[in-house]
Amino acid sequence: MSDGTLYDKVWEKHKVTELPNGQDQLFVGLHLVHEVTSPQAFGMLEERDLDVAFPDRTFATTDHVVPTEADKRQRPFPDREAEEMLSALERNTADSGITFFGFDSGKQGITHVVAPELGLSQPGMTVACGDSHTATHGAFGSIGIGIGTSQIRDVLATGCIAADKQKVRRINVEGTLGEGVYAKDVILKIIQDLGVDGGVGHVYEYGGSAIDALDMEGRLAVCNMSIEGGARAGYINPDETTYEYLRGREYVPEGEAFEERKAYWESIASDAGAEYDDVVTIDADGIDPLVTWGINPGQVIEIGDAVPSPADFDARTDREAAERALKHMDIEPGQSMLGYDVDVAFLGTCTNGRVSDFEAAARVLEGNTIDGDVRALAVPGSETVRAECERRGIDETFINAGFQWRRAGCSMCLAMNDDALEGDEVCASSSNRNFVGRQGSKDGRTVLMNPAMVAAAAIEGAVTDAREYLDDDPTGSAGGVGDGEVAD
Amino acid sequence: MADEQHITEVSGTGVPIPGDDIDTDQILPARFMKEVTFDNMADYLFYDARRDDDGERNEHPLNRFEGASIAVVNSNFGCGSSREHAPQAMMRWGVDGVVGESYAEIFRDNCKSIGIPAVTTDHETVTELQAWIEDNPDGDVEIDVEGETVSYGGRTIDVDITDAMQEALVEGIWDTTTLMYSNMSKVETTAASLPYVENA
Repeated sequence: MSDGTLYDKVWEKHKVTELPNGQDQLFVGLHLVHEVTSPQAFGMLEERDLDVAFPDRTFATTDHVVPTEADKRQRPFPDREAEEMLSALERNTADSGITFFGFDSGKQGITHVVAPELGLSQPGMTVACGDSHTATHGAFGSIGIGIGTSQIRDVLATGCIAADKQKVRRINVEGTLGEGVYAKDVILKIIQDLGVDGGVGHVYEYGGSAIDALDMEGRLAVCNMSIEGGARAGYINPDETTYEYLRGREYVPEGEAFEERKAYWESIASDAGAEYDDVVTIDADGIDPLVTWGINPGQVIEIGDAVPSPADFDARTDREAAERALKHMDIEPGQSMLGYDVDVAFLGTCTNGRVSDFEAAARVLEGNTIDGDVRALAVPGSETVRAECERRGIDETFINAGFQWRRAGCSMCLAMNDDALEGDEVCASSSNRNFVGRQGSKDGRTVLMNPAMVAAAAIEGAVTDAREYLDDDPTGSAGGVGDGEVAD
Repeated sequence: MADEQHITEVSGTGVPIPGDDIDTDQILPARFMKEVTFDNMADYLFYDARRDDDGERNEHPLNRFEGASIAVVNSNFGCGSSREHAPQAMMRWGVDGVVGESYAEIFRDNCKSIGIPAVTTDHETVTELQAWIEDNPDGDVEIDVEGETVSYGGRTIDVDITDAMQEALVEGIWDTTTLMYSNMSKVETTAASLPYVENA
């Protein structure tokens, strides 16, 4: 059993009591709410005549169903169902006194992009949201837990969830990332090694030299995909990179109060002698960018490697999954993913929809135009991200290259709005899931990759090693990898 | 507050849903979540998998085993998105209990939240049960939540269930809102002790 880890400390501080069913009642310090999984929960509260217990600790925005084309964001939306969902959220948050970041606020966006950039997500918190990518907030050294709608009801009514404490697996990611290799590649490498269900029953604590060197946006990308490895939560201990990111953000205290808060943040980091349920080491030194070849995020290879054969896998389940994947993706074992035809390029999401992601892609796009047959969407993770990209002129690079520059939302990650694959289109995607049907077409095919690789795929109309486009860049600065920016 | 409801056993005919890593995007495709209630979710259960290219119903087990109460699944069932829409759709379609090799954690939590026992056993036992159901579509499958067994066709097998789920269902305390609401004064104390919570 783990002892002295950040997870143990945060759990202990937030544990209210033990419940008769043996679970712990855990206080939720930050509850994030969006339009898709909350209306039923607000309805359940109304049925029981209960109020929201901690409206000050609850924040809402809208992301899943919103249109990302500027001219379709006039209200009411032409999409009647989307309009009803957003109206319900506006009504529910107003009635309950919950802060709602809507279109007018200029801060609307994907919950897991908005809360970090506003300084709402902080070390030593418990964070819950009706979305499986809530682990994202673990990048700050918080415990982010994705929950279902009945649990949203629990949090709204009581400020708590009923939870079982998990085992803690320390993942040491060692090595130095080369030019054009990003945090996305690190988490895909971890999932390749540990599998899509390797984390079931565990919380992942990421550390080691490759993690220490990441900036906050890179760390957010790593923690974001914990659930793709089966771990419901994943976190990184806070350090100077974390504190400097937080300083000056809207919901972070200033001056002396900042120093007091920082003392708490430092106190909850895992002890040097902390005990873990297990420890694994991932060698990330000199890895190449990774791309998926199949229909789950564990079916992934470094770009130079060949698509594996089902016979290469020891486990029966992996062999059967590989057979299904090869059929769906229409590829053969031994084939390279390089040159795999791409119809759509999608850049954005809670994994890779932050400023450094658009910067990394813009470096590749600069001076190039996308393939004439490719439909390319750049969808900022939040309106704050969009404004910053536009301030820096990054949007111009995308538009000049032939990308559509959109407004913030989840968009084609799960296609709950108009942004969807058609037929058996192939999408080069910076998102997190390549499940069958995920991007809106049951025959659609998703190839997950980092943002620079999405840009290169858009230019070539095929999966490409984006590093070919970086050769003439002497600066060597890439978003997501903070060499030189890390304070300690 | 909801009345206490003890779930000690569930039974009925079975439906095998074979395949590992069946994610919640397959169970309930995202485009059908654009409704503010769960009322219609049964109509969308495995929507794409149950239809051929022309939109006609295919041979998917859910089309062949209408009226079934016990779903029998393989490993890592319900992975991916946290959407409660997935088990809600199963429940509204008629599923009262699930037997499988393993489940994604959020899916299992969601099952507990809505009172669906989700029990586990090994691969061989699951595939035997799936084959038996194919041969005996009208045969009864019973999950004994308290005794941790599944009975069908005259045989009884041992299964596992998490302590939290078993306790919650058998004692009728799976409505965690009611359970936790009774501790609100303790919640206030915990909140007030946290350095980042103001006005608690």
